[in-house]
Amino acid sequence: MAIRERLSGNEAIATAMKQINPDVVAAFPITPSTEVPQYFSTFVADGAVDTEFVAVESEHSALSACVGASAAGGRTMTATSANGLALMWEVLYIASSLRLPIILACVNRTLSGPLNIHNDHSDSMGARDSGWIQIYSENNQEAYDNMLMASRIAEHPDVLLPVMVCQDGFITSHAIENIDLVEDSKVKDFVGEYVPDMYLLNKENPIAVGPLDHFTHCFEHKRQQAEAMKIAKKVILQVSEEFSRLTGRNYSLFEEYMTQDAEVVTVVLNSTAGTAKYVVDQLRAQGKKVGLIKPRVFRPFPVDELATALSRFKAVAVMDKAESFNAAGGPLYTDITSALYSKGVFGPKLVNYIYGLGGRDVKADDIEFVYNQLLEITGTGKVDSVFNYLGVRE
Amino acid sequence: MATVFKKPHALRDVPLHYCPGCTHGIVHRLISEVIDELGIEGSTIGVSPVGCTYNNYLYFNCDMVQASHGRAPAVATGIRRALPDKTVFTYQGDGDLAAIGTAEIVHAATRGEKITTIFVNNAIYGMTSGQMAPTTLLNQVTTTTPYGRKADLHGFPIHVCEMLATLEGTAFIERVSLHDIKNINNAKKAIKKAFEVQLAGKGFSIVEILSTCPSNWGLNPLEAMKWLQENMLPVYQLGNFKGKDLEV
Ligand SMILES: Cc1ncc(C[n+]2csc(CCOP(=O)(O)OP(=O)(O)O)c2C)c(N)n1
Repeated sequence: MAIRERLSGNEAIATAMKQINPDVVAAFPITPSTEVPQYFSTFVADGAVDTEFVAVESEHSALSACVGASAAGGRTMTATSANGLALMWEVLYIASSLRLPIILACVNRTLSGPLNIHNDHSDSMGARDSGWIQIYSENNQEAYDNMLMASRIAEHPDVLLPVMVCQDGFITSHAIENIDLVEDSKVKDFVGEYVPDMYLLNKENPIAVGPLDHFTHCFEHKRQQAEAMKIAKKVILQVSEEFSRLTGRNYSLFEEYMTQDAEVVTVVLNSTAGTAKYVVDQLRAQGKKVGLIKPRVFRPFPVDELATALSRFKAVAVMDKAESFNAAGGPLYTDITSALYSKGVFGPKLVNYIYGLGGRDVKADDIEFVYNQLLEITGTGKVDSVFNYLGVRE
Repeated sequence: MATVFKKPHALRDVPLHYCPGCTHGIVHRLISEVIDELGIEGSTIGVSPVGCTYNNYLYFNCDMVQASHGRAPAVATGIRRALPDKTVFTYQGDGDLAAIGTAEIVHAATRGEKITTIFVNNAIYGMTSGQMAPTTLLNQVTTTTPYGRKADLHGFPIHVCEMLATLEGTAFIERVSLHDIKNINNAKKAIKKAFEVQLAGKGFSIVEILSTCPSNWGLNPLEAMKWLQENMLPVYQLGNFKGKDLEV
């Protein structure tokens, strides 16, 4: 029987970590993810887990300690946000290229500057090409579930890549919601023992981790890393299916909401998808054919699947909670347009909305405005403005 | 009517956001009095840290730059090199200076940068709600050490003044406390001297100020002052470590 609880998003992540009982957690506090290592350090102090918890002096050291622990063969986790993730940047690339299955709970917060503690996706979006698998979570339940699945995905011998589990700072990290927890023993069975193939001081197979790798081999290593990211898509689906058998909760690469006969959809990550679902319900009650696509897996990017799904609609609004300052749309938008182009999908009219930067509240009215714009586009067949900002003072 | 008390001009007349009993306010006042007395208001630039005083640019009557967490000494270095005839100070907590920014403070000091650092040691990360800092005392309870800091698990408190005193680039180093009027007066003297050392072009100067964090220590303001005296003073010895007799 599932355990019914009421937890904040941060508590949910810390609870998942407690159930997984990793070997090493190294972290440095930063709002809004601070509570994750803080709750976890209480579990450590109370003997509820066997984990070595290291309160290091910075995020750069946190992820470096994770690299060391993971190279030593330990199951390793950390948590951070915004500038903490930015300070990890150098090591993010090291972790993924060394193929170390580290798990990072990323509680999304605006990357400075200017200084801002509220939610947008500029932190994890900036790390989108660092070679980490990125999974986004709409609510506390999804954050918990994604965290439970993360180790299985990361540690799969055909993947061996670090995983970032993202959720929205404050909006879900600090909001208490009802949640169904999986029993400890079932988590233990599901996650299993981590038995690395290669680790330090394995007498049978001595290794050097991360040695100099110039033009004779570096390219091949990058190619293998890219391949692992491709394979990760299959593994994510396998693990999600197994998780669904365990819990009855279904996860895929993205979620479709009310899309079956939809003419227009928004594509939106994390908690705003919850707001958008509410708006979809309202508009559906008025007979409008609107739906929603919520990407869950952003890296690897589900090019084929998203292109196929989106090809059915007349107009699509891609919502980005991050600017990429390329003067050509947000990161989700550019990935989606390139996916559609490469799959020869030219049907849907596409627009981009940058929204919620620096924690600007996104209300149901804002989302409704976007749907109405899309419906207008389907009526006129004309797109007046491809790149748009939602809720900003111009 | 005779004026018997007024705010220093270098401190803006706005309410501070700090918790009741927090000593950041006293430190702000002392720095401002020194800026007034040295007549350097128009030629002083501050660097704000990340920590509870992240927005102290709202309080000081001077131009300030917000540094990333721990990087204030590097930012101050850049300002001072670009504007060599101006006075530049950093204001940093113990998380900012002695954890994430340890490299920056050590290297600004060893290069002998002509900047002044005001280092507020409250033995905890205040802003992020009370986790263990490198300066946390043994057995001190924090949110990440719920049963107290243990040497074998969490290491030992870091002594910044003693450590920096080994570096040849440093000119003036003093540790002071704010637990009573006499010590507050001493703190002001040290801050003044630190600025004078910079004005005289002698090199890097730093004042470490033992401070309270009643909210995160779980004490009321009076108890916090007492806790500082009973627990911090024996570990962090007050006094001058370098530059006491420096001519300025
Ligand atoms: C790169 C980075 N990591 C972590 C943080 C989160 N953070 C903000 S303030 C702080 C600790 C501040 O403690 P301290 O310097 O002692 O100052 P106090 O708040 O006690 O005055 C931390 C860890 C951050 N802003 N940036």
